[in-house]
Amino acid sequence: MDWRYFRRRTLNIFNLSGSVVATIFGLVWLFWILWTTLSYGFAAFDWTLFTQNTPAPGGSGGLANSIVGSLIMVGLATVIGTPIGVLAGTYLAEYGKGNFMGGTIHFINDILLSAPSIIVGLFVYELVVIRLGHFSAIAGALALAIIMLPVVIRTTEEMLRLVPNSLREAALALGAPRWKMITQVAYRGALSGIITGVLLAVARIAGETAPLLFTALNNQFWSTDLMQPMANLPVVIFQFAMSPYEQWHALAWAGSLLITLSVLALSIAARTLLRKVRMDQS
Amino acid sequence: MTNLTPAVAVTSKLQARDLNFFYGKYQALKNINLDIATNQVTAFIGPSGCGKSTLLRVFNRMYELYPHQRATGEILLEGENVLSPRTDLFRLRARVGMVFQKPTPFPMSIYDNIAYGVRLYENLGKSVMDERVEWALQQAALWNEVKDILRQSGMSLSGGQQQRLCIARAIAVKPEVVLLDEPASALDPISTLKIEELIYELKKNYTIAIVTHNMQQAARVSDYTAFMYLGEMVEFGDTNTIFTNPTNKQTEDYITGRYG
Repeated sequence: MDWRYFRRRTLNIFNLSGSVVATIFGLVWLFWILWTTLSYGFAAFDWTLFTQNTPAPGGSGGLANSIVGSLIMVGLATVIGTPIGVLAGTYLAEYGKGNFMGGTIHFINDILLSAPSIIVGLFVYELVVIRLGHFSAIAGALALAIIMLPVVIRTTEEMLRLVPNSLREAALALGAPRWKMITQVAYRGALSGIITGVLLAVARIAGETAPLLFTALNNQFWSTDLMQPMANLPVVIFQFAMSPYEQWHALAWAGSLLITLSVLALSIAARTLLRKVRMDQS
Repeated sequence: MTNLTPAVAVTSKLQARDLNFFYGKYQALKNINLDIATNQVTAFIGPSGCGKSTLLRVFNRMYELYPHQRATGEILLEGENVLSPRTDLFRLRARVGMVFQKPTPFPMSIYDNIAYGVRLYENLGKSVMDERVEWALQQAALWNEVKDILRQSGMSLSGGQQQRLCIARAIAVKPEVVLLDEPASALDPISTLKIEELIYELKKNYTIAIVTHNMQQAARVSDYTAFMYLGEMVEFGDTNTIFTNPTNKQTEDYITGRYG
């Protein structure tokens, strides 16, 4: 054994243990957070969460109005954001390649992708809440849709780029007009990828708090009126967690658990779909 | 002098007249003139980058998908200039079908792969469409292998089957000309043999232009051969003559394997 061999082995052990320690350090916090959420959440879990509305200070109740509110606003945001995002992503991948407009949109979309969500909230506050004169669910849904948009645009564009160009040429060589090639061939190749992107975008907006504080605010009562303030899980968690009441704390934990579980479910669904995409492509 | 007129009159399906082609400033085809005979197989051979694939992509105007590519001169399809802006591009591509080097099945069922092109032009009832799909698959010698799995994805087939599926898809539209861009270069020898047999069958009904890197293949399947070099048509004639008695030194060197 010469010195060089020894040196190499030592260095290898050193590097390996270094990276393992770093990984453990990173994961510890993650599991800690997850563990805290799950244990406190399940401790506070009760089926009345789904049947009773948020209680007055000190009282007991559930989260029914905020669960429904979140579902309505996230659902509405998805309905608004998905078609626009898919169409814009289609433009970028199929028509805007290499031209000025495509490049500009691509660049702006990248900025939007990393824009703090509170800024989007303020924007919608100025645009909708001030004009209407009050907070409303529609403003909340709009803010969430804007946050969702760049994620959907980006994934749609990337998934369409994964569709081999030879497939496009083959469809066009048959005499297909471009829009038929896109809708019937390219979309088919990219479908599960695009759905994955939408699911990830939904997961992203499910836990957004800041934009809703400025737009939908909260509602102590059951309301499905889109023009009125609407209860929603993130803002309820925010308010209840800051309060001095024990029951409210428990409900905040239960709300966190619900959000965590739904985001987890969405991510698993997205990953499963993505695995299918990869298998189709190989 | 004896009369050299062939017993069967050979007519031209496609003609190139003073054709030049540019990728931006680079001239890829230089003053090409040639006639492609009806219901015959014309092969294009030559080293990589000589412009043979480019020429093929001018025939159905595939090059137009990309900016900075342009052609001057004329391509006549039965006397009509297809490079004219008045030409209906979709109709042109229905008349001039194309099969690519790599098999390109669409991500849909075998049946829908064939029906896709047909639906672009014709609105057929189910039973008529079924017949058309079967007919096209039989023409491409694929029917017996896939008749029980028509609902399976076209991508589940082997490479050779995929390529025959693409040929069937091109034929289903009932084109007059079929352009084959190195259709067998990604396939194993058995699949290649099947494609070559297929080409021999297909020329009864279609005019075929094939680009190939494989000179033996050109000699086996074609009636006419064009040898291209650096964007120029060096020699064009019937395949026997080109391979046994080329007039041009460059052609002879290429065919005998001295370069290329």
